[in-house]
Amino acid sequence: MTELSKSLLYLDGVTVSFDGFRALNNLSLVVGHGEMRAIIGPNGAGKTTMMDVITGKTRPDKGDVLFNGERDLTKLDEAEIAELGIGRKFQRPTVFESHSVLDNIVLALEGPRGVFSSLFARLTGRECDRIDEVLATIRLSDRRDELAGSLSHGQKQWLEIGMLLAQDPALLLVDEPAAGMTDAETAETAALLRRIAETHSVVVVEHDMTFVRDLGVRVTVLHEGSVLAEGSLDQVSADERVIEVYLGR
Amino acid sequence: MPLGLSRIGVAFLLSLAVAAVLVPVLNLTVASDSTWHVSTTNVVLFGKYLCYALLALSIDLVWGYCGILSLGHGAFFALGGYAMGMHLMREIGSRGVYGNPVLPDFMVFLNWKELPWYWYGFDQFWFAALMVVLAPGALAFVFGMFAFRSRVTGVYLSIITQAMTFALLLAFFRNDMGFGGNNGLTDFKGVLGFDLQNNATRCGLFALSAIALAGGFLACRAIVSSKLGKVLVAVRDAESRTRFIGYRVEHYKLFVFTVSAMMAGVAGALYVPQVGIINPGEFAPANSIEAVIWVAVGGRGTLVGAALGALVVNVGKSWFTGALPELWLFALGGLFIFVTLFLPKGLLGLVRSRRVASAAPVEAPGEPVTVIDRQAAE
Ligand SMILES: Nc1ncnc2c1ncn2[C@@H]1O[C@H](COP(=O)(O)OP(=O)(O)O)[C@@H](O)[C@H]1O
Ligand SMILES: [Mg+2]
Repeated sequence: MTELSKSLLYLDGVTVSFDGFRALNNLSLVVGHGEMRAIIGPNGAGKTTMMDVITGKTRPDKGDVLFNGERDLTKLDEAEIAELGIGRKFQRPTVFESHSVLDNIVLALEGPRGVFSSLFARLTGRECDRIDEVLATIRLSDRRDELAGSLSHGQKQWLEIGMLLAQDPALLLVDEPAAGMTDAETAETAALLRRIAETHSVVVVEHDMTFVRDLGVRVTVLHEGSVLAEGSLDQVSADERVIEVYLGR
Repeated sequence: MPLGLSRIGVAFLLSLAVAAVLVPVLNLTVASDSTWHVSTTNVVLFGKYLCYALLALSIDLVWGYCGILSLGHGAFFALGGYAMGMHLMREIGSRGVYGNPVLPDFMVFLNWKELPWYWYGFDQFWFAALMVVLAPGALAFVFGMFAFRSRVTGVYLSIITQAMTFALLLAFFRNDMGFGGNNGLTDFKGVLGFDLQNNATRCGLFALSAIALAGGFLACRAIVSSKLGKVLVAVRDAESRTRFIGYRVEHYKLFVFTVSAMMAGVAGALYVPQVGIINPGEFAPANSIEAVIWVAVGGRGTLVGAALGALVVNVGKSWFTGALPELWLFALGGLFIFVTLFLPKGLLGLVRSRRVASAAPVEAPGEPVTVIDRQAAE
């Protein structure tokens, strides 16, 4: 059980089926404190479903999902899991389109989430500084008052990462952050994630191999709902089965 | 500006203030043969419309800002109305046809010997006033607790709100419920000692309705411009996203649904003394749907638009039911389809886009982007 007690995120034997089809099949995965992990795998491998299970959107049929070695995430709902310190960026960027960029960050900003504290909430000076800092990090300072819906696709991806930063969770789950980005944007996003990983644990799902190489972290290959290989990018890309899965399609 | 009041919002409040003073003055002090005279019929009619406007405002708060399409808000309006009606019945006292000092006429007629327990306290105005908000609020709270916790949304939620008001319609029709059956509560004499047939009382009720509408508007404005209001819009636009950043969506929905039901109750309570009757017909599902149409016509998610929609549609209805009564429902349906297709932001959207087009200074269309005031923070 040493692995369990050292882990931040611990999945063991997780199975999820949709109408008999196993999207996750006996999946086991351990992410340590302060670690950044890249998850790769062909479309339909179950990467997004895995994030759904961790964040409480989907309940597994079987298996354990533990946070910090003690909290059973399968018993909690989305809001409780978020409050524990797990933040998520979706595959399709989802920002609050009819709110300004600033208000998107304000809503995500770490702090009390209750109805009445929201009703009487006032931003403190410290919070304003924090917001400025996040906006600068995601390079949207000069668009702070524009509606999030008017941003470009890449900027929405960044705004969503900014919301994660504002939320300041212990663990960030980032689903395909570079999708639809130009090469330059992709490189910048990788650099941003590396910086975030200095102070947070991160699990990032990505297709783009250059991006994964830029991250330079341990890689887990998912295939048909379970782990196919794990190791450095060079190790896994030399793996026979991984080559077959990727090239065989 | 405080509460993020737009110029349209300020104009709306000013018009209400002017109407609250001017209409009673023109009714009470100007001779009835003068062109400036406002007839008592019109005072009552417009007082009624102001109550509808408050109902529309309450619907806009949940629908326009939180995406909860309630097709049962008429029930909260009617409950507030019944609570007030019960007080007015008790205030009749021995002036009723049967002269019973305690029992309302319909109970004497049914041969009841005692006042049912749930009528206790309604002889006190303060108690009735409390019930005006508590009864609809409690129903909304219990209903919302079950519906929102089981994550019933969209069309399904709309359907069960219709079922709720329909169930109440059937219940209130029953004589043994003790609310006057299909005749409802009527033949009121006065309120707080003021004679309801008196012009001055009617003017007072009109002014009170205008004040209540203004108060309701300010309350809604305060809610939607707070951080809570931003959470509501977030829920409306991306409910599951809101959950993933840690907000308990069901609590937010429950809060706004309950507040909204209370507002609808106040509207009903002001309505009843002006029209002089409350009966189960107010629970009719069609009433709730009509109220939603007012909001759509005026402009969903704009507050002022919702209130204006209620006024405009009802003025139209009064004219139509006088001129072409059979066609009113077709006209209403047609209006709804027209607005949905061509004016997604309603009449207020039309006004705003014209203003933006004609005025040179840059102003974002749609809701003004209210930014949390940094000065206030420091
Ligand atoms: N809600 C759902 N209902 C049915 N099938 C689903 C659902 N969510 C995912 N799946 C299926 O599960 C498999 C894994 O999907 P997903 O986790 O999105 O893959 P990835 O993110 O790795 O591309 C896919 O075959 C997908 O069609
Ligand atoms: Mg995916």
